[in-house]
Amino acid sequence: MSETPKPAPRWAIWLPLGLFLGFVALVLIGLLRPADREVASAMIGKPLPQFDLPAAIPEKPGLAHNDFAAGGKPRLLNVFASWCIPCAVESPQLDQLAKMGVEINGIAIRDHREDVAAFLARNGNPFTRIGADDVSKVQLAMGSSGVPETFVIDGKGVIRYQHIGEIRADQLPLILEKLKEAEQ
Amino acid sequence: MTRWLCLLLLMLAGVGFGPLAAQDTMPPAPYAYRQLDDPAQEAKAQALMETLRCLKCQSQSIADSDAPMAGDMRSQVRQRIAAGEEPEAIRAWLVERYGDYVSYAPRVTALTWPLFVIPVVLLVLAALLLRRRFQKGQGE
Repeated sequence: MSETPKPAPRWAIWLPLGLFLGFVALVLIGLLRPADREVASAMIGKPLPQFDLPAAIPEKPGLAHNDFAAGGKPRLLNVFASWCIPCAVESPQLDQLAKMGVEINGIAIRDHREDVAAFLARNGNPFTRIGADDVSKVQLAMGSSGVPETFVIDGKGVIRYQHIGEIRADQLPLILEKLKEAEQ
Repeated sequence: MTRWLCLLLLMLAGVGFGPLAAQDTMPPAPYAYRQLDDPAQEAKAQALMETLRCLKCQSQSIADSDAPMAGDMRSQVRQRIAAGEEPEAIRAWLVERYGDYVSYAPRVTALTWPLFVIPVVLLVLAALLLRRRFQKGQGE
């Protein structure tokens, strides 16, 4: 060919730098924005899975999905464990909810019976029923990935809301609002 | 000498105590650390477990993790495989509960298709560019 190749336009020399700066910006965004590590359950809006758990302490009955289908008011299903420190942190809030007349059912994850009893003696017992889930079976079936988690279950046994992590004092209004929403 | 020994013991005690304080002391689920008797079934279970995410330690698969919850998941996977359930059905069951995040096996969905298409497009573009260049070279 006789024609010489056209010289690249002048702005083209800035292209590599521009690409590099774009890459740096991407890395910085990834570093500075706190990543969301919570795994939300995909079971919201679906009925509770079938389960039948034995009692975790002799004083309170165990828990089965049938207990929820009986109708009535929405209630809380709290997934907890005696070996979980945030679970102790949220117990005053659960106690307060129980005193307001909210029914709270518990599922104790991978827990010895005597440890559950000691935990409740130490932190108070807001639960009307506590099921013992020794191999995280119900936890997995509900799409829960840790302790503590609290689910709002409506009168028909449908999961309406999932609260991941401990319920802090300033989150009580949120929980009450979700319970109210579940009444409809 | 005894002082150093004390320090060493304290350090060891610290190491032993730290993780224990935040974990349960229940024995692992029946099939958390026990393989299935049938090697074919165990191979199926193992292949599936390597592509399921541990929810407590999110960069590990449940096959790699010693978290109690990962053990519970392994036990459930093995028991279901032993009961004749297909691996993909078990994966679907978990995805129904935890979303795509629980699975390491990539899927083509409305959200992820560009990840599969873009490399092909780039390769085709590169091939076209190179062809033009080589053809120019031949003409000289």
